[in-house]
Amino acid sequence: MKIVVCVKQVPDSWAEKKLNPADNTLDRDAADAVVNELDEYAIEEALQIQERMGGSDECPVTVLTVGPDKAIESVRKGLQMGANDGVHVVDDALHGSDALATSAVLAAAIDRLAPDLVLMGSESTDARMSVVPAMLAERTGRPQLTFAGKVDIADGVITVQRATDYGYDVVEAALPALVSVVEKINEPRYPSFKGIMAAKKKPVETLTLADLGVEPTAVGLSGAWSSVQEFAARPPRAAGTVVTDEGDGGTKAAEFLAAEKFI
Amino acid sequence: MSEVLVLVEHADGDVKKVTFELLTLARSLGEPAAVAIGDVSDDLVASLTAGGADTVYVAAGPEFGQHVVAPKVSALQSALAASSASGVLVPATAEGKEIAARLAVRTGSGLITDAVGVSAGFVAEQSVFGGSTLVQSAVTTGTPIIAVRPNSVAAEANAGAGRRVDLDVTITDADRAAKVTERVAQEKAGRPELTEAAIVVSGGRGVGSPEGFAVVESLADALGAAVGASRAATDAGWYPHQFQVGQTGKTVSPQLYIANGISGAIQHRAGMQTSKTIVAVNKDAEAPIFDLVDFGVVGDLHVVLPQLTDEVTRRKG
Repeated sequence: MKIVVCVKQVPDSWAEKKLNPADNTLDRDAADAVVNELDEYAIEEALQIQERMGGSDECPVTVLTVGPDKAIESVRKGLQMGANDGVHVVDDALHGSDALATSAVLAAAIDRLAPDLVLMGSESTDARMSVVPAMLAERTGRPQLTFAGKVDIADGVITVQRATDYGYDVVEAALPALVSVVEKINEPRYPSFKGIMAAKKKPVETLTLADLGVEPTAVGLSGAWSSVQEFAARPPRAAGTVVTDEGDGGTKAAEFLAAEKFI
Repeated sequence: MSEVLVLVEHADGDVKKVTFELLTLARSLGEPAAVAIGDVSDDLVASLTAGGADTVYVAAGPEFGQHVVAPKVSALQSALAASSASGVLVPATAEGKEIAARLAVRTGSGLITDAVGVSAGFVAEQSVFGGSTLVQSAVTTGTPIIAVRPNSVAAEANAGAGRRVDLDVTITDADRAAKVTERVAQEKAGRPELTEAAIVVSGGRGVGSPEGFAVVESLADALGAAVGASRAATDAGWYPHQFQVGQTGKTVSPQLYIANGISGAIQHRAGMQTSKTIVAVNKDAEAPIFDLVDFGVVGDLHVVLPQLTDEVTRRKG
């Protein structure tokens, strides 16, 4: 069995983010870059499945990312945690790609790597669209097992608990399949010193769009199927009323709610 | 005028509120046409007509719900083929966005998610980066597919013509790849869904314990609200993770958001900043949440909330 984990490098989720007025894309220099938090859960899940399957020889784990030069750091993080090798798709034409284009590039890479299982986080903390896993399932023809809070594999059948508004659905499919995981599916490990040292020697393959047979015109800002026309800082909210509770804070809050017709 | 398709959200025979909001929005963009999939009764069609649908496309049958998302994509795709729709609106819920994502791939159309408004020409307004930036976007290829957040527009009752069109949908083997074998309900009964609720009452670090959430829940129940929690509270195990509001949890945009014992770090603001009216109760007068509020109380939530709950109950009674 072979696993590919898709990861995305994003601005630190605790940092203030902004758009670059030159081309209306995310200003990636404005904040520290980290691995998308939810993708760490996907890496951890892959490593736990690998352990259950009998280790690296039986079940190698590859970390895949699409992004600028710097995005290789997110592949390295996965290798430090324990993944076996990495693939970095990097191409100048990719800048400004939308989710549809990104999913097309990932799909081409996945078709080339042909893993039994694709794992990824259920959304990125920068764009927060939460659509790439579904797009990737559509493009690669793999069963879509998204928003998984628990993953079990036995005899070529994968079963997940898919988080829903009311609780969860139990969903099953035959491998090969695609799974996106939710927060709290596991507790991602911290890379050990040994892991950090070992990661330096692990292979990372660099691929271009040409290697994957993707036309440069199909990606990037010019290939995007939607475009940002303009953006502006949200006007600051008008300063509200803040009172200090002197035994009547609850009553005053109720008066406010009544004045606003909520009660 | 061309049709604007609205993907219907419904459960247990009832149309969800967000559907009526989208029908209202569709009316401003063209001729509203609802697409109802799955367990579709005559009452459901009548309800959609009353809510503004001029046409109701129906893909009825149990199988649409027995597999993850893909059969519904096929149904929406055949509605698109059967209509001359100029755009598609779906609710920006987890499943709505997945259906939209796959439809975009299948039809070669651009997709915009998490819109908080849509104006003429399908220009979508989004509120990004924790609500700090407003973006205007448009689809440039194919039929615009836009996922709109619940509570973005007020639903207006304005009955439509309600012409029913039954769709002949082919569900392929590929659509059946991921099979739902069991549905497990965990949500506490009696409260509205977090992402759809008109009012959300949330608790954070200041709640102090799992038991502390009782005062938050009491206020929520008095207001008919959903209960949310900050990441600090869910990480501490005080409240179930599925109720987390914030960057790694749910995004809510209710008419009224009441934050209790929540400092207002960007992680949390990202999930609630587009709420129409914001009220906060916090011991710390310097908490950043007070920069967002329409009304704030500096004080102990365990004292303020019971008083507020009593007052709400008294005024409602």
